[in-house]
Amino acid sequence: MGEKANPESEATPPVHKWAPAVVLAWLIPGGGHFLLRRPGRGGLIAACVGAMFLLGLMMRGALFQPQTGDLLTTVIYCGGFFGNLMSGIFYLLTVWLGYSQPDVAGHVHDYGTKFLVAAGLLNVLGMVDAFEIATGKKD
Amino acid sequence: MPRMNLSHFEAAALFAFFTSILLGIITKRTDRERVRYAVYCFVCFIAAIFGLSWLMYLGHG
Repeated sequence: MGEKANPESEATPPVHKWAPAVVLAWLIPGGGHFLLRRPGRGGLIAACVGAMFLLGLMMRGALFQPQTGDLLTTVIYCGGFFGNLMSGIFYLLTVWLGYSQPDVAGHVHDYGTKFLVAAGLLNVLGMVDAFEIATGKKD
Repeated sequence: MPRMNLSHFEAAALFAFFTSILLGIITKRTDRERVRYAVYCFVCFIAAIFGLSWLMYLGHG
């Protein structure tokens, strides 16, 4: 016989408990871990996300703008924009400082574009980790 | 800002390096497990890069 799940332990913890850490983890990669007193992990997340984003910029990768049309266009451009946006302050600073690289042919530009999106997706993993620590699912 | 000009392998290896570190950090609980898992992921990435590269080379004819 399988054990029944305890509804209290399964319930989502109150928002005020995890929201500050998750929002800070988005805005400043690794910041959520610093808030939760995990500076080592926070520093490594910040270094990895920052390095990926910086490498993407140095390879002159393009930033996505959301576009709709057929399904593939919507998935690629909206998904790419979401990935860029998840880099938090790196993306915001880059846009505010006027970085505008057109999408041109060439493998280095192409890798740069992927690095910029991957930096944001790695930060999403960091945000999930911060959420799990804040809610006590992880030490 | 300096402009980088990397080969396919260099770019893919850098991607593998940073991604492996982050996967190691967030998925394991002890430092020893993290290092082992990060190294394991990096080796898998590099093996996949070489494997797929040879596959494309041979498939291209």
